[in-house]
Amino acid sequence: MKDIAIVAFSQSDCLARAGAANEVELIMPQLRAVFSQVGLNNAQDVDFVCSGSCDYLQGAAFAFVAGVDALGAVPPIKESHVEMDAAWALYESILKIRMGQADSALIYGFGKSSSGELPIVLSQQLDPYYLAPLWVDTVSLAAMQARMLLEKELITERAMAQVVARARMHGRNNPHAQLGGEVSVDELLAAPTFVSPLRESDCAPVADGAAAMIICTPDKAREWGVPYALISGIDHRIETHNLGMRDLTDSVSTRLAAQTAGVSRGPVEVAEVYAPFSHQEIILGRALGLGDETVINPSGGVMVGNLMMASGLSRLGEVFRRIVSGEVSRGVAHATSGPCLQHNLVAVLESA
Amino acid sequence: MAKLAAVVGIGQTHYKTRRSDVSIAGLVREAAVNALEDAGLGWDDIDAVIIGKAPDMFEGVVMPEIYLTDALGCNGKPMLRVHTAGSVGGSTAIVAASHVQSGMFKRVLTVTFEKQSESNAMWALSTPQPFSVHLNAGAGGYFAPIIREYMRRSGAPYDVGIKVAVKDRLHGARNPLSHLQLPNITPQEVEDSMMLWDPIRFLEACPSSDGACAMVIAAEDLVQQSPKPPAWIRGVAMRSEPTMYAGREEVNPQAGRDCAADVYRQAGITDPRKDLDCAEVYVPFSWYEPMWLENLGFAPEGEGWKLTMSGATSLDEGGDIPWNCSGGVLSSNPIGASGMIRFAEAARQVRGDAGDHQVENAKLALGHAYGGGAQFFSMWVVGANKS
Repeated sequence: MKDIAIVAFSQSDCLARAGAANEVELIMPQLRAVFSQVGLNNAQDVDFVCSGSCDYLQGAAFAFVAGVDALGAVPPIKESHVEMDAAWALYESILKIRMGQADSALIYGFGKSSSGELPIVLSQQLDPYYLAPLWVDTVSLAAMQARMLLEKELITERAMAQVVARARMHGRNNPHAQLGGEVSVDELLAAPTFVSPLRESDCAPVADGAAAMIICTPDKAREWGVPYALISGIDHRIETHNLGMRDLTDSVSTRLAAQTAGVSRGPVEVAEVYAPFSHQEIILGRALGLGDETVINPSGGVMVGNLMMASGLSRLGEVFRRIVSGEVSRGVAHATSGPCLQHNLVAVLESA
Repeated sequence: MAKLAAVVGIGQTHYKTRRSDVSIAGLVREAAVNALEDAGLGWDDIDAVIIGKAPDMFEGVVMPEIYLTDALGCNGKPMLRVHTAGSVGGSTAIVAASHVQSGMFKRVLTVTFEKQSESNAMWALSTPQPFSVHLNAGAGGYFAPIIREYMRRSGAPYDVGIKVAVKDRLHGARNPLSHLQLPNITPQEVEDSMMLWDPIRFLEACPSSDGACAMVIAAEDLVQQSPKPPAWIRGVAMRSEPTMYAGREEVNPQAGRDCAADVYRQAGITDPRKDLDCAEVYVPFSWYEPMWLENLGFAPEGEGWKLTMSGATSLDEGGDIPWNCSGGVLSSNPIGASGMIRFAEAARQVRGDAGDHQVENAKLALGHAYGGGAQFFSMWVVGANKS
């Protein structure tokens, strides 16, 4: 099967509010950045384009249509879209390359969550007959999950605060982070709970922005003369939507995907996991089989800035950046979708 | 090179204004179960599920695939959700096929649906946006001026659209799944129906339907395991262009022409009217038949209407290139599924399994879908033979 190389990645600053900027204006700078990393002019110079976004963040049907305006799609291009995080747009692009219809692809994801109340908006992704009418928001569902972990003594509130403190520490070195800085575990624990047992600091901030990536065959990367990282394994799995049927203290789908992606076939130096709540990082670390030798979320992860519909792609981008800079030679990236980690994607990235 | 793949199972629901007898999950499951039965397979034989639908606002469920995983037997498997506007049914089939054609999967289930009765598509298409012109007109209002421009350029007589409206409903009357059942429809009746968006009359527009369509796509080595003849996927193509740009050809969009050329090249088609036995083409408003006849190379520019008027696209008139034998979008329109129905109906024809709307001895067929401001296109060519 054809190898897949990542050759470029860019992510916007995580802004609490992008103000009057529309989606095209959020996307354009990131496209410009990835094109310039490879020396391309526009989407005409790649064989396929795929994006990820969510209409409900914008409050309009066809959020992605405006995105096409950012591409320079004249003459027409080969283009597709998933109503998912752009990590799944990457997945679709890999299929396209492996079936021989493309040698290169541009992937981007974007979201302007500040237009609405994200936890409430996402409550409408629940079962429309039994759950959505209750308007159960994502924070409350995550709080329930954290409560189960605490009651089963699988985690402690201190361990959750440690996740936050470490993320903020790492966030200091991330120029795109929304939050960052030194904060002690005791300081975090001194704050009141927000939706018990979660404190506000346990929840990822909501951010507006976009991310973009270019992938291609290794041959194409060499032709372009740019450094690249290889995606040596990728898989994604979904679980039942019925929360009562899931063991919320584990992530079975992440375990499955990690196995197929081959996470344990070598040392994992870094892992970028999409954990919008502190306790979920612990669940994911265990499901991925990560030990002390792995640095988790060196970018700070989504706890320092969560670009809805792009954060999953950004996790791959962060590992890619560390591989091409020579900092590490093998890492794992993870993306999630749905309430309480229902759908998970795992990718293994290696130096070429 | 792409691995060879084929459609080995097709399942559809009845198309109706309101399927209040089932939930959204019940609707998609009905189509999926029908497809599995048609393929002689069970849930365990499926490696991944690829789902598509038009905007989430059409039902008011954000990313409904998250909720539909249980109904589609997808727990523990990969699930992908495609959304490319009106072309989504076709794009979803193409993305599903790529799972197999890439060699990464052996057999996948793909499902598309719309349950329009649970919301209001006209509203969903018309939510005002900051910094943009507010079009409170739905799709018909958007396409009517483009049709008028086609009429002006081509000098087509006023009743071409009426002819298509009658023809597709007569086709639909042969298809028991069809939403509209109008076996006695007359041109006069169409002409007398209310003018909605000049020149589109009520009976020249598609209905608003609930329904789902599903297919099972298998790799070459597994095709034999299903009892019915396969429909081999001979070519797939997608193209997109912006909604607006200076000099955009809206009547005969370049994206459509490029997409057709691409898929014909893959399938070895040089003269579509001669080489293809039939076509299922996305015609939501009657006049789009002559327009797409030209866009897809079945007729020279400005002469598509002559083909329509000659009866060449009519099964009932014994035309040489029947279009939309199933009744087309003009007879059933569960938006997110409409493109996949075109793809699936093309496959039914080459499998020789199209019932009363079968084109005799059909060996090669085109499935077509478009969306947005006629800017997103997806197409496939399926054949009774591998090459």
